[in-house]
Amino acid sequence: MDSLLRTERIPHIWCPGCGIGTVFSAVISAIKNTGWDPNSIAMVSGIGCTGRMAGYIRLDSFHTTHGRAIPFATGLKLARPQTKVVVVSGDGDLFAIGGNHFIHAARRNMDMTVICVNNLNYGMTGGQQAPSTPLGAKTTTSVNGAPEEPFNFSYLASACGATYVARWTAMQVRSLRSSISEALEKRGFSFVEVITPCPSSFGRRNRMGSALEMLKFYQGRSVIRGDIDPKDASMDIDKEIVVGKFVDIERPTFLDHYEKFNHPQMPQWRSLHADSQKAR
Amino acid sequence: MNGDEACCEGALSAGCRFFAGYPITPATEIAESMSRRLPQLGGIFIQMEDEIASMAAILGASWGGVKSMTSTSGPGFSLMMENIGLGICTETPCVVCNVQRAGPSTGLPTSVGQGDVMQARWGSHGHYEIIVLAPASPQQMFDMTIRAFNLSEYYRLPVLILADEVVGHMNERVIIPREDEIEIINRRKPSVAREDYLPYEADTDGIAPMANCGDGYRIHVTGLTHDDRGYPAMNAAAQEQMIARLVDKIRNNREKIISTKNLYLDDAEIVVVSYGISARSAMQAVRNARDEGIKAGLIVLETIWPFPEELIRSVAPGAKAMIMAEINGGQLVLELERCACGACPVSLVSNFGGAIIHPNLILNAISKAAKGSI
Repeated sequence: MDSLLRTERIPHIWCPGCGIGTVFSAVISAIKNTGWDPNSIAMVSGIGCTGRMAGYIRLDSFHTTHGRAIPFATGLKLARPQTKVVVVSGDGDLFAIGGNHFIHAARRNMDMTVICVNNLNYGMTGGQQAPSTPLGAKTTTSVNGAPEEPFNFSYLASACGATYVARWTAMQVRSLRSSISEALEKRGFSFVEVITPCPSSFGRRNRMGSALEMLKFYQGRSVIRGDIDPKDASMDIDKEIVVGKFVDIERPTFLDHYEKFNHPQMPQWRSLHADSQKAR
Repeated sequence: MNGDEACCEGALSAGCRFFAGYPITPATEIAESMSRRLPQLGGIFIQMEDEIASMAAILGASWGGVKSMTSTSGPGFSLMMENIGLGICTETPCVVCNVQRAGPSTGLPTSVGQGDVMQARWGSHGHYEIIVLAPASPQQMFDMTIRAFNLSEYYRLPVLILADEVVGHMNERVIIPREDEIEIINRRKPSVAREDYLPYEADTDGIAPMANCGDGYRIHVTGLTHDDRGYPAMNAAAQEQMIARLVDKIRNNREKIISTKNLYLDDAEIVVVSYGISARSAMQAVRNARDEGIKAGLIVLETIWPFPEELIRSVAPGAKAMIMAEINGGQLVLELERCACGACPVSLVSNFGGAIIHPNLILNAISKAAKGSI
C-alpha cells in the first residue's frame, strides 16, 4: 500500500474518525488489485476534505478548482485515452458547484470512474448545508434544520446514463472495495457513492455520537438491495439507506462515438490514440 | 478567410490538437472550424456544457501532453477566470482566444468592443503576470495564435488572445506559410532522473521543465500554494517564493515578450497608441495627419500585457502629446498615462462599443493636439 502513498506527506489533514481514510484505503487496494501500471492511472479531485485525497496518492494527481474535477478529467482523458482517470471528490464539490459537469459527463459516457465521499455536509469549511444534507438536519447554515430536500446521487447518476452505479456505507469495506474495483474495470462513466461519517461537523451538530457510533448508525440503516430500480434506492438516514450495485450496463463511450462518426475523415486518429480502447 | 477561421488554422499550425469550447458570438466560428478540422488531424474537439468546463478541460488536456485551446467572448471569458488562475498557479500551457464584443453583461453580442483589457490583466483573483496578444487582422489572428502557443509552451501559462468582433468576422487574405517555415516551441521536458525531478524547481531562467501525465514522474499538481515538489505549503514564505517566480518569469523576460509595431516614431510630435481593430483606424488617421503636414506617429500594441512601459517612457518626453484610441470608456489609456508620467499630455479617443472608431475622430484629436489644445 505504501508504494501508492506519498508517505512524506503524512500526517494527513483529516479529522479523527473521518470516513475519508476508509475510502482512501479502499481506493488504493482496489487500484492495487487491478494490477495496472500505476503510471497509467491518474487521480483528479476538486476542493474540500475529499479533494485532498489526490495529494496523498502516489499517482499523477491533480487537485483542481472547486467543482471542476470532472471537466478537467475530461480533457485529461481525451488527451490521453490510454490513461485510466479516477475522480474523487465530496458531495458538495461534485453535486452542488460541480453538478452540471457530473450530469454531462455521465450523459456523454465519458470513460472515467467517479467516487463520491458523501458525508452529508461541507466538512472543510466547518459543516454547512450541502445538496446531500437530510431535510431538517442541523448545519452551520441551517441551525434550525435544513429546509431543502437532498439529492439521491446514485439515482441521479443512473438517470444521467452512468454505466456503473453502486452505493455503500464506510462500514461495508469489503463490498466497497469490490465495487470500486468493478467501477475501475468498467468502460464508461462509473460511479461509486460512499456514505461516510463526519463526526467533527455533521455528527456533532446532529448529536450522532462518536465516529464509530455514526458508522454503526449508517450501517444499521442500510439495506442491501442489488436488484432495485435506482429511483427506489432510498437515501434517507432517518429511515433507510439502500446500498448495493444498482447499475452495471454497457454503453458506447464518447470516444467510441467520436471515432465512429469522424473516422472516415481522420486516418490518423488511430495512430494518435492507438491504445485508447485497450487502455491500461 | 475570416479572423476566427485564421485563428483556428494558426492553432493547428502551432500543433494544437485539443479544443474544448462553448458557442458564443462572435467567437463561434473558431469552435466550428475546430470541430471540422481537428478530426482530420487526429485531434479532439469537444463542446462542453459551459465555459467553466471548457477552460478546465483544456488544462486537463495540456497536462495530458496535448496542446490545447478554447475560444470565447465577454460572458464566457468572465466564466473562465477562475480556471485561468488555476492555469497560472499550476503553470499550465494553453491558449484562450477572446473575440471581444461590447459589454457589460450580454451587451451587444454581434458588435465590436475592447472592454476586456483590464479583465484580461486582472480578471482572476490574486496577483499574477499574464501575456495578452492583440491581433488587428485575420493574418495576425493566424500569426499571433501561433505565437500565443509558443509563448504559453515556453513560459508555461495560459496565454490570452484579445481579438474583437470586427477582426474575428472580417475576411482578408491570409498567407499560411509552409510547415517548415513556422517556428514551433514546445514545453521543456525534465532532464533529470525520475527520483530527482521536482516539478516546480525552475531552471536559471525561472522556468520549470514540465513532466506530462503518464510520463512516469507521478506528479502532483495543485492550485494551492505549493513548494518545488508541487506539494501544498500553507505559509507566507512559500507564497512569497511561488508568486515571485510566477511574476518574475514574465517580468524578467519583458523584452522578449513585448511586441509593438512603430510607425513614424523618429520625428513624431503626436504619438497615437492603439491595438486591435482600433489600431487600423489609428493608422489611417496618422497617415492622413502626415498628409496634412502634422508629424504624427503610431505605436501598435501587438502585446497589450506586459505593457511596453520602457518604450512609452522613452517616447513621451519627446512628444507634444500622446493619444490612446480604444473601444471602451478608457482602460489602457490609464496605463499610458502612468507610463507617460506627466512627460506629455495624454488624451483618449474612444466609444463604449458597438462600432469601430472612425479615423476622422482620431485625426481630429491629432490636429487639436498639434495645435496644442489637448
